[in-house]
Amino acid sequence: MSLTYLEAIREAQYEALRRNPDVFIYGQDIGQFGGAFKATKGLMNEFPGRVLDAPISEDAMVGLAIGAAIEGSRPIVEMQFADFSSVGFNQIVNQAATLYWRTDVPCPITIRLPSGGTAGSGPFHSQSMESIYAHYPGLVIVCPATVEDAYWMLLDSVELDDPVIFCEHKFLYYHLKADSFGERDLPIGRARIARPGRDATVVTYSAMVHEAVRAADELQQDGYQVEVVDLRSVKPMDVDTILASVARTGRLLALGESFPWGGVTAEVVARVVTDGFHLLDAPPMRLNSKDTPIPYHTQLWKAHRPTVATVTDALRRLLRY
Amino acid sequence: MEAFRVMVRARTLEDKLANLYKAGGRLVGGVYLGKGQEAYSAALGIQLRWQHDILGPFIRDQAARIAFGEPPLDPMRTYFGSVRGPMRGRDGNVHRGRPKDGLPAMISHIGSMVSLVSGMLFARRMQGRLGDAVGAVTLGEGGTSTGAFHEGVNLAAVEKLPLIIAVTNNQYSYSTSNDRQFACSDLAERAKGYGIQGRNVDGTDLIQCVQAFDEVVRAARSGSGPQLIIGHTLRLTGHGEHDDSSYIPESVKKSPIGRDCMLIAEQQILEHAWMNDKEIAEWKNTCRADVERMVATAMKEPAPDPFKEPWRALSTSELCEGQWTV
Repeated sequence: MSLTYLEAIREAQYEALRRNPDVFIYGQDIGQFGGAFKATKGLMNEFPGRVLDAPISEDAMVGLAIGAAIEGSRPIVEMQFADFSSVGFNQIVNQAATLYWRTDVPCPITIRLPSGGTAGSGPFHSQSMESIYAHYPGLVIVCPATVEDAYWMLLDSVELDDPVIFCEHKFLYYHLKADSFGERDLPIGRARIARPGRDATVVTYSAMVHEAVRAADELQQDGYQVEVVDLRSVKPMDVDTILASVARTGRLLALGESFPWGGVTAEVVARVVTDGFHLLDAPPMRLNSKDTPIPYHTQLWKAHRPTVATVTDALRRLLRY
Repeated sequence: MEAFRVMVRARTLEDKLANLYKAGGRLVGGVYLGKGQEAYSAALGIQLRWQHDILGPFIRDQAARIAFGEPPLDPMRTYFGSVRGPMRGRDGNVHRGRPKDGLPAMISHIGSMVSLVSGMLFARRMQGRLGDAVGAVTLGEGGTSTGAFHEGVNLAAVEKLPLIIAVTNNQYSYSTSNDRQFACSDLAERAKGYGIQGRNVDGTDLIQCVQAFDEVVRAARSGSGPQLIIGHTLRLTGHGEHDDSSYIPESVKKSPIGRDCMLIAEQQILEHAWMNDKEIAEWKNTCRADVERMVATAMKEPAPDPFKEPWRALSTSELCEGQWTV
C-alpha cells in the first residue's frame, strides 16, 4: 500500500472528525466537491453537517472559526491556497493570535494553508506564508515535510488548544509517498534529523527538505557528509537540535522556499550566531527564493526557487570556506 | 423604564470617565464614550440575556453592556488596568470582554466582530445548544465600509444565523462625515442585497428604539435570520476624549439629529409617569454614588507587575519560546 502526503491530510481530517464531535471543517469548495485538491474528498458524506462550503470570504471564515472556538468547537479552516490567507490576515494575527493572551480563553483553530510553488502556478497560487505568521506572537506554525508528519502533525494541530497555521506543501501532495503513517513520535516543537552528517548542516523545512537531502546525496559522491535538519515546526523553533547539529558540523546553510527578506532562514541564522557563534567554522549561509513575485513559466519558476543544483552549489561554497 | 435607568447609569459612568481623563494621570489610555447613543444602545442591551445571548459591542456601547449584565466593576477596572479586571492590564478601556459569558472582547479592526459573533452562534447551533439565543454585533456607520463587515454579514445571511447587526449612524467616523463614507441614501437598504431584513430607527428617541429592538430581536429569535438595524443619532462627544470634535458644524448639532437622547428619554419617562422628578433625581444620585465607589475600588487595586507577568501568548506553555521574550 502506498499513501500520499495529500491522503495523509485527508485521513488525518477523517480521524479528527471521527474522534471529536467538536471538530468541523470550513472552507471553499470542500463539501460535495471535496476541495480544490481533494483533501476533504468524501468527508462531507461521512460527517454530515460538519464539512461545509464557505463563501469566498477568508476574513469571515477565520472570524467564524474563532467565534466557534470560543464556544468549544475545534474548527479546521481550509484556505484554498495559502496566498488567499492574506485576506484573512487580520483575523488570524489580531483576533486568533491575541485571544488567549487578552482574555484567557484559548483559541483551538487549525488553518490549513496549501503552500509553496508548483510549476505554472504563478504569483498568487504559489506563496509560502510561514514567515509572515511566525512573526506574530500567539500562533504555532508547522510545515510538515513527510507523509507521516502531514498525518500526525495535523492531528496534533487539531488537538492543540492554540491557533495553528498548518503549512502543507502542494508540491508534495502527489509525489511523496509512504507505506504507512507510522507512529506518532515527535511532538510539535521538535525538529528531526532527516539525514545525518558531519561536514555541514542544512536547516530547512517543508518541500526543501527533499531538495536538501538530494543535494546531500550528490555531495556524498565527493566524500562530504551533509546533515539535514527538518524543522517540522518553524514556530516554536527547536534551537537545541539546530545548535547540536552545528556543533557537530561547524557549518550552517539555512534553506527555505519563501522570499529572502527576513523570515525563517534569517531567524535560524540569527539564533545560531547569537547562541552558537563559537560553534561556527565558516560564516553561515542562507538560500531562499529570489526577491521577486513567483513566476508563472516553468523555466523562470525553477530558477526562482532553490533547487538541488543551487543547494548543492551553495553547500560546495560553504564546505570550501 | 429599565432602559432609561441603564442610560442614566451609562451616562453617569461615562461623565466620570471623561472627568478622570481630563484630570490626567489616573487612567492608563484613551477614553471612548457613547454620549448621544445611550438610548439606542440600552434599547438593544435590555433585550439580551447574560450568559444566554451574545453581545459583540463596539466602542460606544457602555449602555448595552450594562443592560446585558457586564459585571459593574469591569469598566473601571479595565480603564485603570487593574489585575482584577477581565483584561488584567493586557488590554484596556473598551477592549474588555468576557467571551465565555457571551461578551467577546473587541479588537480595533472595525467589522471583524461580525463574523466572530456569527461563529459563536454557528458553533452553538452545531452543538445543539443554541436554543432561542441570539447574537448582536454593533458598529458605527463607518464600519459598514469595511470588507470584514460585508464578508461577515453575507456569511451570517448564508448561514441563516440569529444575528442582529446594529449600526449606529452617528454622522461621523472619527472626523469623516457621511458624504465621504458611503454614497447610498439609506444604509438599511443594503439589507436587501444580503437577503436579510433591514430597518431604520430614530436613535435619539428611546421609546422608538425600545420598540424597534423588541421587534428586531424577536424576529431573530424566531428564526427570521440576520437583522440589520440602523439607528440615527449624533455623537455628542469626540471620537475619544482627546478629540474636541470641532469639525462638527453647529448647524448639525442644532438639527433634530443632534438632540440629546437623555433629555428626550427623561421627558418621555415623565410624560408617561413611569418615574417622577424625585425618583429620577434619586436614581441619578444612586448612580453617582455607585460610580464613585467603583472608581475608589478600581484605583486601589494592584496594577499588573511586569516581573510576575508570564509573557506567554499561547495556552500551551511548553510551546512558548520564552527565551526570546525576556
